[in-house]
Amino acid sequence: MRERVAKGWSAGLAALLAPVTLWLGAFFLIPLLFIVAFSFGTSEVYGGITLGFNPGNYLKVFDPLYLKIIVRSLGIAALTTLICFLLGYPLAYFIVFKGRRWRNALVLLVMVPFWTSLLIRAYAWVVILGGNGIANKTLQFLGITDGPVNLIFTPEAVLMGMTYSYLPFMVLPLYAALEKFDVRLKEAGKDLGASRWQTFLRVTFPLSLPGVIAGSILVFIPSAGEFVIPDLLGGSQTVMTGNLIQNQFLQSRDWAFGSALSVLLAVLLLGAIMFYIRRVGTDKLEGV
Amino acid sequence: MKRISRGRFLRALGAAGVAGSTLSVLACQPNTSAQGGGGGGGGPEEKVLNFYNWADYVAESTVPDFAKQTGIKVTQDFYSSNEDLLAKLQAGGTGYDVIVPSDYMVEIMIKSDVLQKLDMAQIPNAKNVGKEYEGLSYDPNNEYSLPYQWGTTGILYNKKEIGQLPESWDPLWDTEFEGKMSMLNDTRETFGAALYKMGLSVNTTDTAELQKAAEELKKQKPLLRGYFDSTEARPLVQNGDLLLGHIFSGDAFLALSENSDLDYVVPKPAATRWTDNMCIPNGAEHPQNAHKLIDYILGAQAGATLSNYTYYNTPNAAALPKIDGALKNLPGYVLPDKVFGRLQVIADPGEATREYERLFTEVKSS
Repeated sequence: MRERVAKGWSAGLAALLAPVTLWLGAFFLIPLLFIVAFSFGTSEVYGGITLGFNPGNYLKVFDPLYLKIIVRSLGIAALTTLICFLLGYPLAYFIVFKGRRWRNALVLLVMVPFWTSLLIRAYAWVVILGGNGIANKTLQFLGITDGPVNLIFTPEAVLMGMTYSYLPFMVLPLYAALEKFDVRLKEAGKDLGASRWQTFLRVTFPLSLPGVIAGSILVFIPSAGEFVIPDLLGGSQTVMTGNLIQNQFLQSRDWAFGSALSVLLAVLLLGAIMFYIRRVGTDKLEGV
Repeated sequence: MKRISRGRFLRALGAAGVAGSTLSVLACQPNTSAQGGGGGGGGPEEKVLNFYNWADYVAESTVPDFAKQTGIKVTQDFYSSNEDLLAKLQAGGTGYDVIVPSDYMVEIMIKSDVLQKLDMAQIPNAKNVGKEYEGLSYDPNNEYSLPYQWGTTGILYNKKEIGQLPESWDPLWDTEFEGKMSMLNDTRETFGAALYKMGLSVNTTDTAELQKAAEELKKQKPLLRGYFDSTEARPLVQNGDLLLGHIFSGDAFLALSENSDLDYVVPKPAATRWTDNMCIPNGAEHPQNAHKLIDYILGAQAGATLSNYTYYNTPNAAALPKIDGALKNLPGYVLPDKVFGRLQVIADPGEATREYERLFTEVKSS
């Protein structure tokens, strides 16, 4: 394998890779290095930074207040990921195995929300869940509640909004993984005397694990850094790591601490993902 | 501090821009001062102007009328917080000619050396500005800024449901209204309410006083529906979701003019009086045109047209007689001297900014 790749190195391939290398270098790697450099700098009172080696920014993170926020954010992200999995797996399974000729249309429907901005969709939820919104009107019409109940600006609304926003990131990799699945394996399981449930647990699900892993990572990472939804649907009553970082760069003008938090969040996420992949097994990822 | 329809929208979009600005700070900082002097002299300028303002904060006719009168084509761009504006300017060379920072931000910008002094000889209408703008703490010699709009921060509430409220901050801590109240998602204003309530200064940098204010806000938090931008709170009070909302006056007046069940109160013993100001940043490429726009807006008619559109108050004494009668009759629009006299101006707390922010984070996380 390796040799074939090595032999394939040609001027043509290098030329094709040059733009993307430049792009990632200029717009990803260099900014990232800036953030790392900033995180060891000293913030000036009115924004801006003096570069140097000041580990104090990282020590500041050990303030119990900030630790609490980081832990809670990771918890909310994990919960969002779990809910997305519980909702997304049956959906992907259904689309692949029961969707038939509607399959492509159904996948398209999963992607439709991406056609509008996340902010607009979040605002739609503000309207839907509001005191005079459709949700409350429906509950009253069905006689379940007497008057408007507080649906929006609650922790549940935040979780719901995050699940809604990131569900497609779970469904699409699951769909990709399940779609490649050879149905004859299921038949073989049945022939060998396994029940439907056994076949699922011992054949189908393990083979779809690459999709589960990819989907979980794609949901977990943006959830952990989320800062718009807690503000919009939570009434700014929950501070997540993303909000905290945003605040350091704007209101607090403490770019060094904001950078340190960003670096730390990246490292934490990387660690969590590596741990996760190791637990579930790297070999499973080959199918992705 | 006019703020914003669609505040969060723009803020969130702007946040993406911050990363970019951060980067360019290092690259561009040295150039800022070099660009600063450019164009300040006498030569005729191209008939264009870049106006950087809060969203929805200029009357529909202001820019076209100005263009008709002067032949200057105005390009408008919008920001959603003073902090976004500062970050943009600190990134250097943004090409804006007129900006509209709030009081405390003018002070920060003067200290950060991103503003140029105004040439009052080019702004004859500056004489229209009310006396109450002389020597304010944020621009003590009136060199860098001229006021654009002003307002107060108070309580919008549903008078029909809960009756007349006293002129006090206490109702926002009243358990009777649990789940039916909101505070501004604005550190200084929300701490301000707690500090005013305790009879303290909105500009305190005393750690013990700030701690006490934070304790008050922690007590209040379980009673709140949330911390909202002023423009978000307005419809919630208007449609009955909330009974009381901590709010900026312009949003309150808009609500009052649409729903007569509501009332607006500027509480005792003190409340915030804020001012948004017209300034010219260093590096502005069309400073002469910028002075012309500022002069135009300080004209009697243009000033009245502006405030009749925004529902905020005009700092323009010559424009006052031309303000809509209906607007003037709203409670709290025209303030008696004794009410005006007890208002406080938010100043830059310098290093204490971070203490304020940390404590507000603590309150929200409690």
